[in-house]
Amino acid sequence: MKKGSASYEFVKGLWKENPVLVMLLGMCPTLAVSNSAINGVAMGLAVIFVLVMSSLIVSAIRKLIPSEVRIPSFIVVIATFVTMTDLFFKAKYPDISKALGPFIPLIIVNCIILARQEAFASKNSIGLSFVDALGMGLGFTWVLFLLGSIREILGFGTWFGHRVLGSWFHPLIVMILPPGAFITLGVLVGLKNMIKKES
Amino acid sequence: MSLLIIIIATVLVNNFVLSYFLGICPFLGVSGKASSAIGMGFAVTFVMTLTAAITWLIKYKVLLPFHLPFLEYVSFILVIASLVQFVEMFLKKSVPGLYRALGIYLPLITTNCAILGMALLGSLRHYNFIENLVFGFGAGIGFTLALVIMAGIREELEFADVPKPLQGAGITLILAGLLALAFMGFSGMISGG
Repeated sequence: MKKGSASYEFVKGLWKENPVLVMLLGMCPTLAVSNSAINGVAMGLAVIFVLVMSSLIVSAIRKLIPSEVRIPSFIVVIATFVTMTDLFFKAKYPDISKALGPFIPLIIVNCIILARQEAFASKNSIGLSFVDALGMGLGFTWVLFLLGSIREILGFGTWFGHRVLGSWFHPLIVMILPPGAFITLGVLVGLKNMIKKES
Repeated sequence: MSLLIIIIATVLVNNFVLSYFLGICPFLGVSGKASSAIGMGFAVTFVMTLTAAITWLIKYKVLLPFHLPFLEYVSFILVIASLVQFVEMFLKKSVPGLYRALGIYLPLITTNCAILGMALLGSLRHYNFIENLVFGFGAGIGFTLALVIMAGIREELEFADVPKPLQGAGITLILAGLLALAFMGFSGMISGG
């Protein structure tokens, strides 16, 4: 795959330039809402939506924005889509909206999104920006899903609310509390580095 | 009394970094050295206290009277961005000493989710003006505390023999986990918070 081709720009976000494991961006939502698999997936989908829509808009108007005010302009575009997402969750899935709390509005300052606008969408065509945003969003989502699954299984013995470990299992409450988030992510980052070195 | 509870709750019990995961990016990035951790901490505390005052005024004096609550996120983030810019210009002209000390950290603050997080949490909890101000100040102090402790540990870590794959971000995250575990010891102090 060549740099600049659509397939390369899509795949890089999944592994090689994974926003969470490699670039360590978007740490706040990653750690905060990954206490169960469903929360992780919901957050991931919200970020994919905001990231893809903002990238499309920013890339479409990239020639109109003067470079001095580009950051505030990006933020306004992002904040608009975040407000839409937040209202959507509040109306359709009030339970998830309550569980995610202020972390839906905090997508505005999720550095992944601003970083993609600044590094990619503001310099590339609409099509490429779309695949880049989709790849980065999916890369974010699978890490969140994995982290949420690990923490939910070890912390509650359940997966998507269904019991997967037998009654012999004694839940490790610490996994769903803040320390569990930090430690699990630290181990995942370490594993990723280990795999990278071997290949 | 309730103001004291807000301070203790935000600094120790519900520490912004270690239990709400707000401001993790600068926490991982700047906590390498104790001196820069203190500089960053004070810059954040300063901006947070100002933000707490201004976002409260915007919400209760502008957005709610004019029935515009859906503009909350857009207006908050714009206020924070312009506030940071304004503080930077003001300090540069009027208090050059402080500017030299905080200068390089100020631009980084705009994208610090702890600031917006504080504004949003304060708004969710319907604090009055003084409570919101104290909440913002406490959040900044809590952030500084976590940052300084972490920097102290990381300075010692340079002499430790860390397994290769965990070097850098991995070990820092695990350390933060242990620190969060220690801070959970405060959680019985105040119910609610």
